[in-house]
Amino acid sequence: MAPNTAAGEARTRNHQALTTLPPVKFYEVHQREQLLSVHPDLPLQRMWTFNGTVPGQTYVARYGEPILVRNFNDLPNDNGGFGIQSVSAHLHNGHTPSESDGFPCDFFGQGKFYDQHYPNVLAGFASSHPPLGDIRESMSTLWYHDHRVDFTAQNVYKGLAGFYLLFNDFDTGNENTGFRLPTFPDFDVPMIFNDKNFDPDGVLAFDLANRDGILGDKFLVNGKIQPFFEVKRRRYRFRWLNGGPSRFYRFYLTKSNLTNHPFWIISNDGNLLKNPVQTTSGLMIAVAERMDVIVDFSSFAAGSIIHLENRLEQCDGAGPTNNILPAGQGNKVLEFRVVSDTVTDNSVNPATNPTFYQVPTRVAERITRCFKFDRENGQWIINGKLFDCDDVRFRVKRNTAEIWELEGGRDWSHPIHIHFEEHQVLERNRNTPSLIERGRKDVIRLGEGDDVRIYFRFRDFVGRYPMHCHNTIHEDHAMMLRFDIDDTGNNNEDCDSH
Amino acid sequence: MSRLNRRTMLTTLAVAPVAIGAVAQSASSGSDKKTFKTSESPRKKLQKRYFPNFELTTHDGRKVRFYDDLIKDKIVVINFMYVKCEGICMPITANLKRVQKLLGDRIGRDIFMYSITLKPEEDTPARLKQYVKAHHIKPGWTFLTGKPDEINTLRRSLGFKDAKAKLDQDLTNHTGMVKYGNEGRLWWAMFPGRANAPWIVECIQWMDGPNGKPIPRADLDKALSKESGHKHSKT
Repeated sequence: MAPNTAAGEARTRNHQALTTLPPVKFYEVHQREQLLSVHPDLPLQRMWTFNGTVPGQTYVARYGEPILVRNFNDLPNDNGGFGIQSVSAHLHNGHTPSESDGFPCDFFGQGKFYDQHYPNVLAGFASSHPPLGDIRESMSTLWYHDHRVDFTAQNVYKGLAGFYLLFNDFDTGNENTGFRLPTFPDFDVPMIFNDKNFDPDGVLAFDLANRDGILGDKFLVNGKIQPFFEVKRRRYRFRWLNGGPSRFYRFYLTKSNLTNHPFWIISNDGNLLKNPVQTTSGLMIAVAERMDVIVDFSSFAAGSIIHLENRLEQCDGAGPTNNILPAGQGNKVLEFRVVSDTVTDNSVNPATNPTFYQVPTRVAERITRCFKFDRENGQWIINGKLFDCDDVRFRVKRNTAEIWELEGGRDWSHPIHIHFEEHQVLERNRNTPSLIERGRKDVIRLGEGDDVRIYFRFRDFVGRYPMHCHNTIHEDHAMMLRFDIDDTGNNNEDCDSH
Repeated sequence: MSRLNRRTMLTTLAVAPVAIGAVAQSASSGSDKKTFKTSESPRKKLQKRYFPNFELTTHDGRKVRFYDDLIKDKIVVINFMYVKCEGICMPITANLKRVQKLLGDRIGRDIFMYSITLKPEEDTPARLKQYVKAHHIKPGWTFLTGKPDEINTLRRSLGFKDAKAKLDQDLTNHTGMVKYGNEGRLWWAMFPGRANAPWIVECIQWMDGPNGKPIPRADLDKALSKESGHKHSKT
């Protein structure tokens, strides 16, 4: 379906699947400025929002129910100090046709709109697993955020991000059905973490003279500085998202006696693990990673206080030092307050080792490509080359599988994100990845000198997609490449070519 | 460690309610609440934070003020370089020459290019003038030198810096990226100096805002392919 240019639509390419997967729900979203409070002691902030809130309104979507979002750019002329009034909303990491994906170069200006078609369909629906797709490719916790090339960090820092949750017959949002995960929204709570800075006037300040990565000294959860959250004495599902711009977290649940409260990880980057994995030693989350966890508060007495604490030391944007701070000396990002209400809990106990989805079986890959992420005179380079929206670095053949080897350079840590398809981590530094990383993912942490092999299948849709560093400061300094999916493919960037 | 401590600026902050799920609405402690007043415009704040008004000298020997004369109300392209750059700065200079050519008479009219030396002790105005001549650089692109400590402050305040000292001290780390912006609109970003010249021109043209009439990419690619000796690699 062609763009409605005459009416002010900024889309440049036809919808691939609007007629085959017709939307059953329609949303109108206005990106606009809104005065919002981040803290009672601070002045109201001029945030950029999706429909007036930060984070933006949460989409509650279901597999099999395609939706259409009409995104309007109603941003004001005066940016208040940073950000550009030109946007492209990316759905991270939907199985979304390219023209609706929020490609960084599909940005549009004030007064225009852009229709984005989210088919909410499983990978494989038009290829390996017709007609419904491969259930093992199910996703749950997605998010959407602005992706305007060169200005993503600024625009997201102003507030342009939100959650997009996908349910199905297993991950139902009801703890009495399917996998019996805690019921949404009462006991299933998405939380986006951002660290930000405020100037001496108490006004949100973005460091325009930073190309390493911006660290904030105020920690926001869902747009509020270091808030509290009242919990009942039962299990909760929290969907933790590191919203950036640059910091790596390692989260612990710190009890008032400074011991750790264990919790269960059930999902990585929106992909339920095969089985829950318990941690007593914290959980690392890089920018754009999503970790769904189950926390059981039933053992706490009413009035107990538990802190969600980041204990990973990081002194600059290059990456964490990997020092773990002593309990109580990290960043207390969120305070849980246990209340006395008696409450039923029909959710599954992770200790019973429930099985969620299997990891999809592999098929023979067509090609192995290699990518080295490096820096040259302050410029980010991928295999020695620089970003250009019009430069198609390589072409993937639709409905084939590939292996990519990602290698990190010296001095820097990068969370690398690849749009469109979820990948499986085959090896990390020649070793089997951890249980948490063994499922499907869309963000790969590349520490200094890391070498990671990943596998994925590119199915169903064609078009342009990026791979980029999700330290949004690096991203805006061109640490990105464009690849296209089409029906022929090519062998550029294969491992023998460099 | 110290970086993880709260700054004193906002020490009065209490714990606020979270705006999700079933939340409690609670006021802050409020007892020693700070009063903030925003006295300056965002533009003025950026000027103070990032654009010191140092006196610089152009390759023509003119004295200019960095903020007042070079960037105020302008679309600008700023990089750092030095004359004896051992081949590292040359590809960038050559590429920015392509950019200048593609933007034609806009350079010097409403878009201004500035190259500031990282070695002001060596790079006198005369030497910069020689560089301009040797590379056949056209008007509208100004090379600048100044007092060493001020140049260093300017470099860092414009964002040509690294947090790690060993990286920051290596001047070659500051020769690759190029800052571009529109001072009046408060738009600032960076592109890599070695990127495809037509792409760089696209980036610079965004600074015109919604009323700009950008040269289409196809025309830029065509203009560049006509240039002898330059192969534009496209897949």
